[in-house]
Amino acid sequence: MKRLIAKNGWTLGLVALLIALFIFTRLIQPGFGASGLESLSRATLPFAFATAAMAVVVIAGGIDLSVASMMAVAGVTAAVLMDGASDAMAVPLVLLVLGIGLAMGALNGALIVMTRVPDIVVTLAMLFVWEGVALLILKAPGGAAVPWVREMIVGTVLFPWLPKAFVVLVIALAVVWVPIRRSNLGLSIYAIGSDERAAYRSGIAIGRTRIAAYAICGLFAAMGGLSLTLSTGNGEPIPGPYLMASVAAVVLGGVVLGGGRGALLGPIIAVFILRLVRMDLTLLSVDPNVTTIVEGSIMVAVVMLGGILAVRAGRVKTA
Amino acid sequence: MTDTKGQGRLLDAQGVTKRFGAVVALKDANLTIDRGEIVALVGANGAGKSTFVKILTGALKADTGHVWIRGQERRVGSPAEARRSGLVPVYQEPSLIPDLDVADNLQLGGTPVEAFQHWVAELGIVGLRLDDMIGHLPLATLRILDLARALASEPDVLLLDEMTAALPTDLVERVLKTVRAQADKGQAVIYISHRFAEIAEICDRVTVLRDGLTVGDLPIEPGVEEKVVELMLGAALGEGPAQATATMATDRADTRLRVKNLAAAPKLADVSLELRRGEVLGVVALEGQGQDELFDVLAGMARPTGGTVELDGKAVSFSHPADAIEAGMTFVPGNRADGLLMERSVRENLALPLLARPGNWGAIRMREEARKVDDAVDRMQIDRRAMGEVQRLSGGNQQKVTIGRWLASGVDILLLFDPTRGIDVRTKRQIYLLVRELAEQGASVLYYTSELAEVPAACDRAAVIFNGRLVDVIEAANADEQTLMRAAYGLTGAEAVPA
Repeated sequence: MKRLIAKNGWTLGLVALLIALFIFTRLIQPGFGASGLESLSRATLPFAFATAAMAVVVIAGGIDLSVASMMAVAGVTAAVLMDGASDAMAVPLVLLVLGIGLAMGALNGALIVMTRVPDIVVTLAMLFVWEGVALLILKAPGGAAVPWVREMIVGTVLFPWLPKAFVVLVIALAVVWVPIRRSNLGLSIYAIGSDERAAYRSGIAIGRTRIAAYAICGLFAAMGGLSLTLSTGNGEPIPGPYLMASVAAVVLGGVVLGGGRGALLGPIIAVFILRLVRMDLTLLSVDPNVTTIVEGSIMVAVVMLGGILAVRAGRVKTA
Repeated sequence: MTDTKGQGRLLDAQGVTKRFGAVVALKDANLTIDRGEIVALVGANGAGKSTFVKILTGALKADTGHVWIRGQERRVGSPAEARRSGLVPVYQEPSLIPDLDVADNLQLGGTPVEAFQHWVAELGIVGLRLDDMIGHLPLATLRILDLARALASEPDVLLLDEMTAALPTDLVERVLKTVRAQADKGQAVIYISHRFAEIAEICDRVTVLRDGLTVGDLPIEPGVEEKVVELMLGAALGEGPAQATATMATDRADTRLRVKNLAAAPKLADVSLELRRGEVLGVVALEGQGQDELFDVLAGMARPTGGTVELDGKAVSFSHPADAIEAGMTFVPGNRADGLLMERSVRENLALPLLARPGNWGAIRMREEARKVDDAVDRMQIDRRAMGEVQRLSGGNQQKVTIGRWLASGVDILLLFDPTRGIDVRTKRQIYLLVRELAEQGASVLYYTSELAEVPAACDRAAVIFNGRLVDVIEAANADEQTLMRAAYGLTGAEAVPA
């Protein structure tokens, strides 16, 4: 039990922080309830997918600056294709968009592996490439989403306090990530992020694993773009503020920049924390400019605190 | 390929060559091994041992040559392929993933868990849990886990690279016993070690590499270590470099630096040294015997775990390289890139220690800087054609800059770590002269070198370190290669190889 807490300390801390924030929200806004939860989940959905996308490549020891642009490509593709499409066509279209995301990510990864140009440079270049592609597909916000698919993320399910958007998020992440995490591919992703040389010597195909990690990143980014189109009902070719938000949530979520450490759960909780903080500050009618200052300060403070606690824990262990 | 040469042998490597640019690392390396055999692979620094190992294990590709495993020719392209063809290495640095736990690491390599746990217990590690994070385990344990993992995969050929380095004695014994017992059951083992006692204890044969050639393949028998040392030295024996101006300042015996029983875990165990004014004291050791830790401690980059360092009779302890520099101890690292700003000019690199003293962030006195820098460039004859960027200088000229920067700023005690590695003969001479000149001006120099032939040329005395301990101090006059080599391998006096 003690070991379980020690191993998942960061995640448990984030859960505690999230609960505290919910309580705080209730205190400043006694009306915050089921509908508040629903709109929070729906607004968080694209951020959560962007964060999952970023988390996978960061765990693999890389970074992908083109996450928001890939989301835009997926979002406008979905909006253009779904515009006027029949209900029955929606399912293959969604799968096609996800496939495009996978392909975009794999291309990012393949370029990094084959050109040996640093990932940060390749994905910075691809940020512009995908941005251009999105604008070629759709010059201005437009298109549409098939109504019944839109309904998938609007409203609640089973219980009045369980938002559909949240359920979709959990299912999508679980379906993709849980099997990977339990396979050798998942271990290999952690391995190349943790110590590339040791991974190579253990017989891991470094290049293939890296491409796979970027492909998964692209897949999650496509989910993010799709969810954006579904929640607004049209495609937006200009990338939203998802790049920096995803890096922030990944760091706050306990994934170490540099790779090898962390999981998806932490960053997903972190993304809710960051959205909730923003919502609370808005409810308190704090100046939006101050809001960003507060968000930045929270990040540094939490990560620093975590570092101090980790050092403490390490000392106790060696003693 | 229907060559019959490889027939009948478990592993047979013949005529392996490898060059890196102009440097020939392997000219003709051969190695054979049969089931149930333990073959030691030995060679002095730079003999091509590690290149050969990398080729056998798939980390490098050979230019020419053949490797047969079980009579079938193999072209091993990656560590994964080497594993599949039955050759499993245990490298000096553990190849376990630090951020995964034990169980995940086993799954990653497809290692059977029960067999692994059996070997862990057999090798004397108690209390290991499968959910222990690799990154939290001590180095000695990791090496044992690496070995247990290799044994559990039941390889045809096990390759152990300095397996017992960094292990405490009780674990060393367990490892040797286990490996020998496995060989008696039919396991083939390639055993790379600097320790003759271990080789004599468990190996059947010893294969000797020199300058990229396999120069000998001898059965282990009493007195074999003498032959091996001769083979490792080869033609170098007779040559003997021109004796420079050694043993001149030693009578002015006032001790500047006194190191007493210094230890730095895990490799440096117990070293005591005295460095006198105007003396060049050589440090001779095989790779990884604790010399890195010794220099790190003296340069303020690591803290000792035991012992004392006295400077001019006063105990000192450094918590930052700046402390060591302030105290007059100057470290020139072996890897030139560690000590230079490669993208900046020669001028800036030379001037840096002059200017970047702690607490001095003010304006630079240009005229004084220029004078000192020009002076240093002249004295060391640094190539003036590539002053703009240090990285465009040749290795030898870069090395002159790393030493010259301290010449320009004045030096008290100089710690040189293998300053002549990979540079040409002419530049080497210049560096010997430079070091000698510094000593004559009253500086004291601690000079680690991986080339034994340098000792009589550059040093007054040589301290030999083996397995973390000082084993001998030899005057330059007596420091021929054979004496140094014997001492470096821990073979002192007429002590026989333990049977």
